[in-house]
Amino acid sequence: MRESIVMKIHYGAALGSVALVAVHILMRLTQDFQESLTYDSVLANYSFLPYALLLWLILVLISIHGFNGLRVILLELKQGRAYEKTVTYGCIAAMTLVILYGSRTIVMTSMGMI
Amino acid sequence: MERQDENKEGIRGMANPGRYGIERVAYWLMRITGIGLLVYFIAHIFETSSILNGREAWDKMLELTQTTEGHIILALVIGMSVFHTVNGIRLMLGHGGIGVGKPGRPDYPYKPQSQNMKNKLCIYASIGLAALAMMYGLGVMFGE
Repeated sequence: MRESIVMKIHYGAALGSVALVAVHILMRLTQDFQESLTYDSVLANYSFLPYALLLWLILVLISIHGFNGLRVILLELKQGRAYEKTVTYGCIAAMTLVILYGSRTIVMTSMGMI
Repeated sequence: MERQDENKEGIRGMANPGRYGIERVAYWLMRITGIGLLVYFIAHIFETSSILNGREAWDKMLELTQTTEGHIILALVIGMSVFHTVNGIRLMLGHGGIGVGKPGRPDYPYKPQSQNMKNKLCIYASIGLAALAMMYGLGVMFGE
């Protein structure tokens, strides 16, 4: 994929996650901060499907932005065909793992599988 | 050859935050905050996954994170995310050609058009906003 397209995705993911994380934080502030972290409160959040979808979108967008950012930083430090390939595929693999692990929590909790 | 080696600072020269003013400081802060936020993000996913192990595991995780040290780390995360966001928007606009000035003939003392006052102000504003957000976060977490 062309680097210009990758960077457009990078910026798009950043803007999307800023908007969604703002909603995520505002949800914490609709009630007392400590109270919002209790088991029942968090479970109720996950059970509310639109909110679970919001969390999943945040997970995907931040993973894309974060791991591509890491790739860019690593490619700034050192260059080379093998190194660049290793960094790129390593970041894609790490991103996939994080998305899968996070999705597991969201899906299992929102479907009441705990 | 020896002289060339002496003059070659390598990555240390590139990394020196004292050399190119606030823009280089912002360059480093952007990368440091980015890595810090990625580490927090992964830790947050791991932390929230403890809900799958039931109420006891969740409460145990809360005991670990809802401490004074945990709140200070969270305040740092708030500061990092505000700086990263505001400075990131400045960079996005800059990459789109907004706020970087018109290209001009490179005359002495070779001041780049892109490193203008608008950009410097944006960097200072992002640091200021990050500090304010951190204070607000500390107020919420420790109770006003």
